[in-house]
Amino acid sequence: MIKRVLSTKKTDDLINELSKIHGLLVFHQSGGCCDGSSPMCFPRSEFRVGSRDIYLGNISSQPFFMSEDQFEYWKHTQLIIDVVDGKGGMFSLEGPTGKRFLTRSRVYEENEINELLKNPPQIASNLSNIEGLKTTIN
Amino acid sequence: MDDVKPFIYPGDDGSKLKPGSRYENFIGGDWTKPKTGNYFENISPTSGKIICEIPRSNADDVNLALDAAHKAAPSWGKTGPAERSNILLKIADVIEQNAEKLSLAETLDNGKPIREPMAADIPLTVDHFRYFAGAIRAQEGTIGNIDGMQSGGGNSAQGMMAYHYPEPLGVVGQIIPWNFPILMAAWKLAPALAAGNAVVLKPAEQTPYSICVLMELIADLLPPGVVNVVQGYGVEAGKPLASSNRVKKIGFTGETTTGRLILQYASENLIPVTLELGGKSPNIFFKDIMNGGDEYLSRCVEGFLHAYFNQGEVCTCPSRAVVHEDIYEPFMEMVKKRVSVLNCGDPFDLNTQVGAQASSEQFDKIMSYLDVGKQEGASVIFGGEKRQMDGAYSNGYYVEPTAFRGDNSMRIFQEEIFGPVVSVTTFKDEAEAISIANDTLYGLGAGVWSKDANICYRMGRAIEAGRVWVNCYHSYPAHAAFGGYKNSGIGRETHKMMLNHYQQTKNVLVSYAEVPDGFF
Repeated sequence: MIKRVLSTKKTDDLINELSKIHGLLVFHQSGGCCDGSSPMCFPRSEFRVGSRDIYLGNISSQPFFMSEDQFEYWKHTQLIIDVVDGKGGMFSLEGPTGKRFLTRSRVYEENEINELLKNPPQIASNLSNIEGLKTTIN
Repeated sequence: MDDVKPFIYPGDDGSKLKPGSRYENFIGGDWTKPKTGNYFENISPTSGKIICEIPRSNADDVNLALDAAHKAAPSWGKTGPAERSNILLKIADVIEQNAEKLSLAETLDNGKPIREPMAADIPLTVDHFRYFAGAIRAQEGTIGNIDGMQSGGGNSAQGMMAYHYPEPLGVVGQIIPWNFPILMAAWKLAPALAAGNAVVLKPAEQTPYSICVLMELIADLLPPGVVNVVQGYGVEAGKPLASSNRVKKIGFTGETTTGRLILQYASENLIPVTLELGGKSPNIFFKDIMNGGDEYLSRCVEGFLHAYFNQGEVCTCPSRAVVHEDIYEPFMEMVKKRVSVLNCGDPFDLNTQVGAQASSEQFDKIMSYLDVGKQEGASVIFGGEKRQMDGAYSNGYYVEPTAFRGDNSMRIFQEEIFGPVVSVTTFKDEAEAISIANDTLYGLGAGVWSKDANICYRMGRAIEAGRVWVNCYHSYPAHAAFGGYKNSGIGRETHKMMLNHYQQTKNVLVSYAEVPDGFF
């Protein structure tokens, strides 16, 4: 099955490092200004995922979400979560490490899009198998 | 201007600004070390060189600042408007007198070309303090006449008056972005202080230095604890501030996910929040601009190039140019010509028009979008690459002014790249222009260029954005409300209505009846 979100080796290493300190994590793709368009990483018990946020899949066993309206504009691209040097990222957990998660992207081929259309993504409130996820259940 | 020599790089021999090697938090009127004793290195994006060390604060330091703010707030909140107004005026004067120093600090910290803080950031900061100094002097509560003046009729409603007093909230938290470190602090500080609040302010960790220079200049003008600055990483210092149950309001400029998280924290504490979360602002050029005369047309071309102001690191960057199809070719030729002569040199040279991106990670993000745009099939009109500088600036973070031609459904038309990148598309008629303009998650700014007053009026009303510039762009005068529609945020800054976001209304309901109501 075609994945909607991938991680690089550097990303997997940084996620492992963070999960050792903070336990279960959740990623949420941001938008807007300043650190917008950055993936944000939070303790899973702390960030309340929107009930209609789209679940894109897991990276290093940690779930990755994006708001439903943003997904409409992003769905033709596969996200590749990478790590670069830098600081910032607001409340994202990696800020003090001197590393930042960075969203890179790949535009899907037409056959991949057809395949993805057959497997629409789930919204957060329909998920039942993610330990510790906080969202409103409809 | 050609004969003006560039400013010497701050800290070098003969320079007009000498950064200290280390700064501290500003708490309770004193420069205060972080409790852990930890610091981080602050890098200048112009050169990649270290400017200074900055406290790596945590919740303990935030609490210390909150202690100081709570100590200061009661008496500060009871000062008369004239007293607070006069202090804001003095702050404005000191900033004005030190405009060059503060501009150098801003360029060093943020990377913007020095002409921008000299001409925009610092003069606008001065004006904001003066505006709110005036606004608070002129502010009045209201009196509601609930019932008539005749008394003694045995009805409690008789002779009843509702007095409304604007009162400060108390202690507020403010989280400042890195694109205009001093000006954005001023947008938040001036109304909060005018309204009588004490503030704990967290600068962005990408640009923590210039606010230290500002606080050094104005520290003595404010009672201790009225303004407290806590430096550090967002997750370590910003989060304890945003989630504290000891602030009565949070003001935040940033992006959407953090905006949501801040609202979640606020819901636990039942406090109000103002948010400014960015945009993807359309800049719409109608056909008639070509017939408006050479000077006017030149102004319109300049309107396109406003996208490169502050290297595109502006929440309202006109990063979607929407051009009538009939004028696309000649108009874009003029844009190309103007861009080709842009001065992208030494950020400390007053002739330089485009400087450095604010940080290495911002540079990386912009490069990733240049890649997305190319993959999506957008064609590069000009730019599209990293800009390599020479000499002292060879390790800075520079990007070529760029324009893509593409379609509004592309991600480069839908996301705030926050770089010198314009995505250009065309429209056939007014309805399509409106449709493209509003086909976005955001609604912060927009530009309309036409000499047809009716087109301008209709577009101004039809675009779902909090600020529509007509035949101008990137003007941010105090007294014109600024804020977002849709996902761009909550609240209106740069206007006296921002006072309302930092005040609560006290209603004292007074009966002048002198006889029993007769209910019991």
